[in-house]
Amino acid sequence: MSWQKAFLSQLVETEIFVKSEQILPAVKLWQIDDKHWQRFAEIAAENKMRWAAGWAEQIDRQFYVHACFEKSGRYILLRATVNVSKPEIPSQATVYAAANRSERHTHDMFGIEFLNHPDPRCWTRHKAWGKHDYPLRHDFSVHGLPTEITPPDTGYHFIQSHGVGIYEIPVGPVHAGIIEPGHFRFQAVGELILNLEERLGYVHKGTEKIAEGRTPEGLAKLAGRVSGDTCVSHAWAACMAMEQAAGVEISLRAVLIRGIFAERERIANHLGDIGAICNDVAFTFAFMQMMRLKELWCRTNYELFGHRSLMDKIIVGGVAVDVTEAASKFMLTDIEQLRAELADLISAIDLNSSLEDRIYTAGYLSPETAAHFGTLGFVGRASGQDFDVRRDAPYAPYDSVAVKVAAENQGDIASRFWVRYKEINASMKLIEQFIEQLENLPEGDLVSNWQTPKAESYGLGIVDGWRGEIISYVRFGENNTIARFYPRDPSQLNWEALEKAVLNNIVPDFPVCNKSFNCSYSGCDL
Amino acid sequence: MLNTFKKIFTVGIVTENYKAPHDAELETLGIEIKRRIDQKFTGSLAIRAVDAGSCNGCELEIHALNNPFYDVERFGIHFVASPRHADVLLVTGVVSRHMQTALLRTYDATPNPKWVIAMGDCASCGGEFGTSYANCGAVSNVIPVDMTIAGCPPTPLVLLKALLAIMEKEK
Ligand code: SF4
Repeated sequence: MSWQKAFLSQLVETEIFVKSEQILPAVKLWQIDDKHWQRFAEIAAENKMRWAAGWAEQIDRQFYVHACFEKSGRYILLRATVNVSKPEIPSQATVYAAANRSERHTHDMFGIEFLNHPDPRCWTRHKAWGKHDYPLRHDFSVHGLPTEITPPDTGYHFIQSHGVGIYEIPVGPVHAGIIEPGHFRFQAVGELILNLEERLGYVHKGTEKIAEGRTPEGLAKLAGRVSGDTCVSHAWAACMAMEQAAGVEISLRAVLIRGIFAERERIANHLGDIGAICNDVAFTFAFMQMMRLKELWCRTNYELFGHRSLMDKIIVGGVAVDVTEAASKFMLTDIEQLRAELADLISAIDLNSSLEDRIYTAGYLSPETAAHFGTLGFVGRASGQDFDVRRDAPYAPYDSVAVKVAAENQGDIASRFWVRYKEINASMKLIEQFIEQLENLPEGDLVSNWQTPKAESYGLGIVDGWRGEIISYVRFGENNTIARFYPRDPSQLNWEALEKAVLNNIVPDFPVCNKSFNCSYSGCDL
Repeated sequence: MLNTFKKIFTVGIVTENYKAPHDAELETLGIEIKRRIDQKFTGSLAIRAVDAGSCNGCELEIHALNNPFYDVERFGIHFVASPRHADVLLVTGVVSRHMQTALLRTYDATPNPKWVIAMGDCASCGGEFGTSYANCGAVSNVIPVDMTIAGCPPTPLVLLKALLAIMEKEK
């Protein structure tokens, strides 16, 4: 890639020396000195690279700090090492806002100090472990030393506001609806939102820590529960990483089935959320109809594959269930039906002026802000971030088809609504294409033979889930066990963009703004 | 508007009939009653859903109860916004330590008599996550539990049956 050459020479001019290694067709590992961590980010930002993910891991007496960048579908996995005895590295959050919470998470979990970080508050840690304990260090036991009752996280310094008529609304962690827990702090004047601050971490389940020591099968199961609504794509990303590490090729048949499952997951979530957006503006007709379509879709999953949301159907080395000819036929008729239903419904929904009134211009996320936070998936795509892993860094089976990506730049709730609607249509076409390929395929293995990977081998699974790009890092230890698992759900980046999208909206519009993003709490808190 | 009416009429009513399960059926559905209390919730059941550390898979199936196939409200079952209005706490997820106090407070805020249902494998027994520095494990490790529903996640049908069982039991 030409931009990488230019970029590299710019680095050399600045006396940043890079040890480069091609680890995957689309990914290069670049190793640099820890003292250049921030300077690298500055040059990367000048080169318009997207900051995609950041995590660390402990190997003996060293921390490996990682950051992942992307441009034009090519990824750089940046790595620096710091000593456990003096764990410090310059912060990239000064350059990339997207790195802010990620670095705070890494700090809470490893005790790595990000120098000059703009926000030194804790993020993932509340009160379940001590200020000077770091769960992902080797010397921290998975059981920790919890007190009988973990006290609430009081004392977090929210931004304060002063002035006549300004008031605060604290919401959560237990919300009024059926929704995951998190805390929102609004500052408002009248009905207008002046500021929103999110405080998450309530569903921190120690996912990264309890992954350690698991078997590959066990990790695939855990990955499917990083965020339950994304069980297919998270399991896929984790399995992809494990398969890379072990050098296991999976069959074309299995890969096509994975593609079908991932697109089915996308459609199910989009159907449900389009309905839920309508519900949040009290448009019950559309809500009920969309929920009906989603239910039918989940029932098909259950009938054909044995689980309503396809949990545990992606396993390491392949898939747990075949798509038979009969199942293919069933799905094709199902798609025809869904098309017809959506055609009816969308024309009825589109003509509804009160819906229009609520979702146009509300919850506006500008393309600049979206880029600033590295916003992903349909949220990014509705704000001009025309990126989709399936098209831009295609992996099998998407490398065999043309992936159409819906993109808009109005950036409001309506825009996200329409992007999601278009994605349903695109996904239906993809499923049809995958089924067609499957039909012309001789019977193939569903699961490839597993080979125990060498200790220290690692992989990076990058897939496009329904919320957007998922990056999953897995490193193996001895005897086929997992030494490190880090899944980066798109929500980790999209949450921050939500804080900006609700500004100058009215408080009663928050639920619908929030729904139009529908970030995962579980996938963010880990 | 015409489109809307046309769709409503052509789709018709999709709501399905469901009956409360027999005792024998409960076991096959993975529903376990841990404790019987002699209070009547017949006719109306107000539920407060609390996610105490779920992966959000269970929430999707709770949502499904409100879709027109299950239409849970026709049985007098409704989800309320405050624990103070609730008869039942429907708790999902392995209780994360960061949610422990919130769950205890929600429990305290729910007026007596109350039932606690632990929904899903995580809430019933710890599931994939179990007990750790970050999790208290099953809901019963934190508050008394009256009913558990196995499954990852339990299907809406099983969930509905469990709720009907509570309402029927006390007749
Ligand atoms: S029981 Fe399964 S679906 Fe429910 S919260 Fe636990 S992992 Fe998620």
